[in-house]
Amino acid sequence: MKCGGFRTSYRADERIFDTAVPIVGLVILMAVLAVVPRFATTYWLDVLNRIGIAVIGALGLNILVGYTGQISIGQAAFLAVGAYATAILEANLGLPFYLAIPLAALITSGFGLIFGIPSLRLRGLYLAIATLAAHFITTFVIVHWESMTKGVLGLMVPPALVAGVPLDSDARVFYLIFALVVPAILVTKNLFRTRVGRAFIAIRDRDVAASVMGVNLLRYKLLAFVISSFYAGVAGGLMAHHSRILFPDAFSLLVAIDYLAMIIIGGMGSILGSIFGAVFMTLLPEVLKLTATSLTGVYPQAFGLIASTRDVVFGLAVIFFLMYEPQGLARIWTRIRSYWQLWPYAY
Amino acid sequence: MNEQLVFMLQLVITGIAVGSVYSLMALGFVLIFKASAVVNFGPGELLLFGAYVSWAAILHLKLPLYVALPVTLLAAILLGLVIERGVLRPLIGYPIISVIMVTFGFASVIRGVLNMSWGSDTRPFPVLFSPEPFRLGPVPVSPVHLWSFVTIMVLLAAFSLFFRYSKTGMAMRATADNQQVAQSLGISVKWVFALSWCIASVVSTLAGIILGSVRGGVDFSLADLGLKVFPVVILGGLDSVAGAIIGGVLIGVLENLSGGYLDPLVGGGVKEVAPFVALVLILMVRPHGFFGKVEIERV
Repeated sequence: MKCGGFRTSYRADERIFDTAVPIVGLVILMAVLAVVPRFATTYWLDVLNRIGIAVIGALGLNILVGYTGQISIGQAAFLAVGAYATAILEANLGLPFYLAIPLAALITSGFGLIFGIPSLRLRGLYLAIATLAAHFITTFVIVHWESMTKGVLGLMVPPALVAGVPLDSDARVFYLIFALVVPAILVTKNLFRTRVGRAFIAIRDRDVAASVMGVNLLRYKLLAFVISSFYAGVAGGLMAHHSRILFPDAFSLLVAIDYLAMIIIGGMGSILGSIFGAVFMTLLPEVLKLTATSLTGVYPQAFGLIASTRDVVFGLAVIFFLMYEPQGLARIWTRIRSYWQLWPYAY
Repeated sequence: MNEQLVFMLQLVITGIAVGSVYSLMALGFVLIFKASAVVNFGPGELLLFGAYVSWAAILHLKLPLYVALPVTLLAAILLGLVIERGVLRPLIGYPIISVIMVTFGFASVIRGVLNMSWGSDTRPFPVLFSPEPFRLGPVPVSPVHLWSFVTIMVLLAAFSLFFRYSKTGMAMRATADNQQVAQSLGISVKWVFALSWCIASVVSTLAGIILGSVRGGVDFSLADLGLKVFPVVILGGLDSVAGAIIGGVLIGVLENLSGGYLDPLVGGGVKEVAPFVALVLILMVRPHGFFGKVEIERV
């Protein structure tokens, strides 16, 4: 039984998994996910797909906000650029999805670079306000550049073709999404074992100190925006394939706030936290909706009332986590785990 | 006078009227920032609160205006206290991101509670002013705009007298200037924080009532107007009351002029985005605004 960390070499210290248990657990999880589309209903597949997309988006935002400490309220705009770029590349230029999504993500990265420029002069809340403005400007362009984006009429996205099979159902898109979620998590995990990732963390903790230690602030701050928006671009591309029709409304400011809430509730600067947060924020409205539906038999007005409780529950959850568990669900998880690891000698 | 000029004057006058509402909102925003360095990302929800509560008091409870108004303001003071005591005081000393998110959090709670209480349909707002436009020289002006402008100017004058001459106002200015010194002089900084939230909540509520009567109805899109406070305070400087007032009027005029002239070219919506374009440009040139304290660092 493991009762503490006894590492005797640097190799052991750098290892991602200390023991075989989490590896076995992950393999089982992957196997379960691989067969889920056979059993799950369309409703739950849709929810799972949205969770997958949210995981990638939240990872990207966490790299920028949680790990590098640059506050951004522009995540919805990044997602929008990724989604619209994917859709336009596929519908207008006829590119296959395996070229369109990476290209769109690169375009989003370039866009993130422009967003990131204010971060060189502005810190904290000024950066937050600048990204807020950038959000509104982006939304305006999407609504009004009708020749490209079809504006409020909605832009249709053709289904992705994999070896001639169109990904036109939730079950098929599920595989596409989770084929990208897994590498996204792996890449993030490894990013923070490299110089680049360590530099990000150094900037977050104290940028002057980081600069003294030889971290080029200009380069790494912009790089954080580029990497983060690459993730958002991929997530946006998947949104395009998931919903197959894009409206500017789907990328409102509330979406950006939702993503910030994900990393706050899940845990800032934590990969596990991004996943927990994405699951939590996607499931919250669904659970409320299901509660409302089951209550309508007893109390007919329940549906309308409980549906509008979403805002209240969301707000209270954010406030609660900020006050009582600032490191989020990820912290709760480690606490539970370490309790059982040392059981019955936990104290 | 030719039509072109009348058109422009009309845009400017409407801009000043709308902008004065922004000034009022920005005043509350700047007070909070000056006192406690908190940036409120939920100004729109404070507006909504004022508009909905006064609507409910007048049309739901059938209270006469002179009762409804104090009731609404009392509710606003209570809201300000609850926010400051319940949410922001426990987070003093937390990182900026936490404070920003918590303002989003309580804004969401306010929106949800309003939605649960009264639903999201557009509610007709009581007509407080006669709708008949009158002419100022050759330019038609609607009384709603004129009266809202006059009301706001009176309010702003009252507030500047309050800050200048009353003991409480001076305590607030002292706290904004230097918290430690203020505290050593016997000023309760906590009380000033609470007071600044109450005042912010009250002025936002008043702005909500005025906007409700200008638009003739309240719905949740009113909250979007609250975000216009950001261009205003960035233009004027986050910590300058005078900047907030001048900035509000300038942004109001800017959005009306750009909307009036550019809307036909791009198909509408310029009014919503022009202030934010201005915001980005100002941040690039003068991040501390035109009246704010300079304390921005470079990399």
